[in-house]
Amino acid sequence: MSGAVLEVKGLMKSFGALVAANNLNVEVMPAARLSLIGSNGAGKTTFVNMVTGYLKPDAGQVKLDGKDITRLPPRLITRAGLGRSFQIPQLCEAMTPVDNILVALEIAGDGGSVFRPARTKGSLDRAVEMLERFGLERYAGRPVNELPGGVRKLIDIAMSLASRPRVFLLDEPTSGVSTEEKFPLMDKVMAALEGERSAVIFVEHDMEIVTRYADRVLAFYSGEIIADDAPDEVLNDPAVQKYVTGTAR
Amino acid sequence: MNPILRTFGLAALGALVFIAIGLVVPAWFLFTMTKAVGFGLVALGLVGLLRGGLLSFGQGLYYCGGAYVSGLMANWAGVTDMIVLLSVGCIAGGLIAALVSPLVARYRGIFFAMLTMALSMVAYGVLTKIAAIGGSDGFNVPKPTLLGYHLAETGFGLYAIAVVIAALAAAVCRVHFDSGLGLIASAARENELRIEYLGASVFSVSTRSFILAGGLAGLGGTLNGVALGHVDPFFSYWTTSGEMVFIAILGGYASVTAVFGTALVTELVRSFSGQYFPESWQMLLGIFLLLVIVFLPRGVGSMWAKPAKNHAIRSIKEPAT
Ligand SMILES: Nc1ncnc2c1ncn2[C@@H]1O[C@H](COP(=O)(O)OP(=O)(O)OP(=O)(O)O)[C@@H](O)[C@H]1O
Ligand SMILES: [Mg+2]
Repeated sequence: MSGAVLEVKGLMKSFGALVAANNLNVEVMPAARLSLIGSNGAGKTTFVNMVTGYLKPDAGQVKLDGKDITRLPPRLITRAGLGRSFQIPQLCEAMTPVDNILVALEIAGDGGSVFRPARTKGSLDRAVEMLERFGLERYAGRPVNELPGGVRKLIDIAMSLASRPRVFLLDEPTSGVSTEEKFPLMDKVMAALEGERSAVIFVEHDMEIVTRYADRVLAFYSGEIIADDAPDEVLNDPAVQKYVTGTAR
Repeated sequence: MNPILRTFGLAALGALVFIAIGLVVPAWFLFTMTKAVGFGLVALGLVGLLRGGLLSFGQGLYYCGGAYVSGLMANWAGVTDMIVLLSVGCIAGGLIAALVSPLVARYRGIFFAMLTMALSMVAYGVLTKIAAIGGSDGFNVPKPTLLGYHLAETGFGLYAIAVVIAALAAAVCRVHFDSGLGLIASAARENELRIEYLGASVFSVSTRSFILAGGLAGLGGTLNGVALGHVDPFFSYWTTSGEMVFIAILGGYASVTAVFGTALVTELVRSFSGQYFPESWQMLLGIFLLLVIVFLPRGVGSMWAKPAKNHAIRSIKEPAT
């Protein structure tokens, strides 16, 4: 076996006449830092959604640690060890960040029990500790719908990490986040993943972020992967410059 | 102190206080309070559903199911012991809910409300047609006993049992709502997609709340069937279910005790205005509901139960991209 933690083979998806994923093949090693780039509508989100069970592929296979997870519902994919965050944060809006994290920790633990209160000293400490890892402790007590975009993104990411996934997909973690906040946000995410050996796959439009945080880049164009290599190689590829980054002259 | 033990301790204390109150109030009031407990139990189940974002307009079905199964058992098998009857009624309500849950638990919002109501109306229709169990007239339920003793005519014995059941049910629900599973249920009300992507099944969460609500409704139905000495298909009629929803919303989902208070007020308003201004008790209840919505939008229970701040409003769901 290849030693890949995630294997994607021949993934296909069409929406009517539009081919959003055309025979996608990817192998991801443990602890990889993989960035997905491509212009709007290139098929990045479609790829993430198929891998994470939000969309059913028309054909192809997704394997996590050698186990076929292709058509499993999202909760079983999560339990198998694959996590994701969302381009628009998916939070329990009227609850506080602490409660959001408590929910994530309960589910990631034994799935919750009637015989154990949700708010014990121990569980609250663990939730606050989790918020501290992302520098969010000062927001702990306010409903998340009152919090700024960057903070909401981080809570969404923190929740997804409660289950300690072996593969973690982030769809545009820095979109909707101000330029000054982008690097600190990515720093926090990467720091939180230190020592976890999780493979990280993130969709990103900002090439500075890509070159700083990725060790491998997949360039999407029109439902296909047109380049798959180290960041420098991919960003210097003429096709990528023509169709993705728009830097070709 | 262990919070679970503390909750049950408080419940025991509350039960003793209300049993003591029962010694000094007139018999008609004991009867009203007993009936209020019956309604309050059903409303308590609805509170559990509401916390998970589900509103059932058909709890009459499980209420009726509990009343019929326990009542028939008393008639046909001659079992009149309240402990047995209440257990049987509770299990019957929970079982019926478990049977229909695969059908209803995947629906939300208005579909869930209408589907549960439709099922209760089907049961109503069927029961009115079965002559062997009284058709639309229903049947009488024999006088209850407890461990071989006949329960007194004044209704104190039945009232005391009702108080104990109410205290137990409130404590069980408090422990459940405050538990990890209870928190996950509230989270499912807020964002189902998030819950699924954390690895939990929203369907199981809903099913659990639904079966619990069915069991509580079965208990309430048994209690009221015995208290009234009579059950009929009207237990499953949509207006009965509607009244339970009314009581639950008045009580709000912060508290597990408020529903018993609002059930009592509803009963009192009904009997008094029925006596003094017939045909207008609904108007009085309507005014009461208006006042609660304006001044206590999270229900009467929000006056003393505080954690509602975390669960105040249902969010508008954002699409995943
Ligand atoms: N549910 C859907 N129904 C129909 N078409 C869809 C659906 N989801 C995506 N598409 C189409 O598939 C193509 C790929 O979309 P996708 O969202 O994967 O792009 P993307 O690379 O994530 O773009 P962006 O950078 O804008 O997020 C687009 O043309 C899009 O319009
Ligand atoms: Mg996208």
